[in-house]
This record gives sequence, structure tokens and C-alpha cells, in this order.
Amino acid sequence: MRYDSPLAAVGNTPLVRLPRLSPSEDVRLWAKLEDRNPTGSVKDRPALHMIEQAEKDGRLAPGRTILEPTSGNTGISLAMAARLKGYRIVCVMPENTSEERRQLLAMWGAEIIPSPAAGGSNTAVRVAKELSAEHPDWVMLYQYGNPDNARAHYLGTGPEILADLPSVTHFVAGLGTTGTLMGVGRYLREQSPQVRIVAAEPRYDDLVYGLRNLDEGFVPELYDESVLTGRFSVGSEDAVTRTRQLLAEEGIFAGISTGAALHAALGVGRRAQRAEQQADIVFVVADGGWKYLSTGAYTAPTTDAAVEALQGQLWA
Amino acid sequence: MAIDVRVPTILRTYTDGAKSVSGNGGTVAELFSDLESRHAGIQERLVDDGQIRRFVNVYLNDEDVRFLDGISTELSDGDSITILPAVAGGSGSAEGSTQGSAQHATRGEAARVSQR
Repeated sequence: MRYDSPLAAVGNTPLVRLPRLSPSEDVRLWAKLEDRNPTGSVKDRPALHMIEQAEKDGRLAPGRTILEPTSGNTGISLAMAARLKGYRIVCVMPENTSEERRQLLAMWGAEIIPSPAAGGSNTAVRVAKELSAEHPDWVMLYQYGNPDNARAHYLGTGPEILADLPSVTHFVAGLGTTGTLMGVGRYLREQSPQVRIVAAEPRYDDLVYGLRNLDEGFVPELYDESVLTGRFSVGSEDAVTRTRQLLAEEGIFAGISTGAALHAALGVGRRAQRAEQQADIVFVVADGGWKYLSTGAYTAPTTDAAVEALQGQLWA
Repeated sequence: MAIDVRVPTILRTYTDGAKSVSGNGGTVAELFSDLESRHAGIQERLVDDGQIRRFVNVYLNDEDVRFLDGISTELSDGDSITILPAVAGGSGSAEGSTQGSAQHATRGEAARVSQR
């Protein structure tokens, strides 16, 4: 395939069947390889679309500064596009994210403001909102509440999946900003109302949740519960186990959040098998494992040791 | 019948610091009432006006009960319940969560920011 520029090569990712991990001939698993985007993650789609729409409506113009709370991937995507388009970019990132992410951001020229580990991405969002109030001239694209995040998936990821696999019955993805699930979910359900949309939510250890106040939690503004038909909470152990299984059995080297999505996909697959239904289950490989190598989760001798290695780290 | 209940840090003041406790009940609502009998005050933190509180997520064997039957979801012996606060990067929900209620969360965030 030929494109006129690197940024034009975002999207059109492969959809591959996983013959070994599929529960049966009738219940098939398909992986949407979003690590095949220019900076190696699904976030290239929303990042580029949010920038282009902001340029179109005049919020973003040469010389401006982009500000974004990010656990890594969105920042990396934005930083690459910002470099090519000539914007300064400031990323607020939890300090308990992997060293690779910091290096990648620095490599593309992003300035990083670390936010405290406690509270994870919630805290990064809060710090970014404070900075935004202090610097009204900075442009916060704000992936958690920007409709163009979900729109990128409504216009791209969703139609690609349906075109490649008209028989799709389930779509499973990680739940973060909720943009992927909202965008793809809305598109698929409009086209084919019986499609199930299932979220895989990461469940961390206590260090990440800290003393989160139950009365003031955080729900991304993009989130619309009515788009989903199910939601699983996936702990580090299951996520790591599935990430390693995906590598060992299908040769796919994916990030830890993909393991969580696979775990949920296998859960709905088992249910379809028990009900003796045909199923074509698509799940999202959000990124490759490269950025998580330093955690030791891939080379640890046992899954227990891999889980131990991830203690206190944000992996989605 | 015993249900294993995993308690988040913020609620362990009610469980003498225990990470998990055991409870009984045919539904999530009954389970929470049962917990209240031994851990006074916990129910009010979980339930508001007969529904699970907005920023509280409750999972039955890892599945969000809001997509099952909510607080009326039926439980069986040996089930595991996990209670978690809503967080970003894998985040929470609200009963009948709409753009409107989500906007409310934004205003809450903004309000707290402006207090600083």
C-alpha cells in the first residue's frame, strides 16, 4: 500500500485470525493489529484526528503549545504529529509508567511533566487541568472528553473491521479514555445492532488506586454506558498470563493491556461456545510489547514472577 | 452460602483493615446489607438511593454488575465480588451514564481544581 506521507499511513491495520487461541471452529478470535500504526499504537488514530479537527476549527495554529494528560501512547502519537507540524507539546504523565515511554516522548521532543504515582491517570488528568487553567493559551486536546477521539474510531477502526469481517459478533477493547469502544461500538451497532460491545477494564493493585475517594471518582466525559453490552475488570495476573499466551501460541508480541482485552475476549468466547453459538470475536491489540520490556514481564521465568515485576506499574 | 468480597483501600476502615471479607446474600443488595451488620457504615458508602453509587464499581466474578442486573444481580455460593473506585485509564461508570452525568464529573474536577 502506498501513502503520500507518514501521517497518511495511520489506520488500515491488519485483522488476523488466531487459529490456536480460538475456542473452536465456530467461535473464532480475531486480532486487530493496531501496533502497526506509525508510532506503534492505536492512539495514532485519535491523536491525528484530534489535531486535524482542532486545526480545521482554528483552535490549533502554528506556534501554539499542545498540552495532554497521557500514560504514554497518546502523548507519543501527539508528539510525533506535533514534531511534523511544528507545535510545542507538553505531556503530563504518571511517574509510574515505563522508562521507554519517557524516552519515546523525549525523542519526539515532548516536554514531560511527571504527576504523582498515586491515583495514576486520574492524577495526571487533574494536574493537566490545573496547568490548562494556568496557561489559557495552551491547547488541551483532552482525549478523555474530545469527541474527535471516538470519532476517529467511528470513521476508521469500525468500518475497517466490518469491511474485513462482515460476520463480526463481538468487539472487545481495553477501557481507558473509552474512545475506541465508543467509536467502534457506535459504528458497529448502527450497522449491525446485535453486535456485542465488551470493555476490558484494567484492575491495578492498591498502590495505583491509593486512597481514591469514592465520592469523587473519574468517568471520562466520552463514556456512554449505553454503547456497551458488557464490561470486565481484568487484574494484572490475568492480563500478564494472556499477554504471554498470545506471544507463545500465536507469536504476537503485544503490550499488557492487550492481554486484558484477550482475557475478556476468551471470556465471551467461552460463553458463546457454551450456548453453542457461532461467534467472530474481534479484539484490539492496542500496542506492541516494546515499551514494557523493561518491566521484565516478558522474560520472567513464570507468570507469578511477571506479575511481581509489574507491581505498582500502569500497564494500560 | 459464602461470597468473597474484595474491599478497596478506602473502605478498609470499616473492615479493620481486611482486604477481603466474607458475606452472604442472594443478591448484591442483600450482600451489602449483610456486610453492614458486621461492618457498620459500609453500606452507605456503596449504595445511594437504592442504587450502587456513581463512582463505585462492583464486579461479580470480574464482570461489572451494571451490565448484569445492577444491585439486584443474583449471587451464588463461591462467587467473588470486587468493589473498586472509578479511575481513569480504565474507568468508572454511572447509573444510566449519559453525556450529561459525565459532564457533571468534569464540573466536579474543575471545581476541585479551582479550590487549589
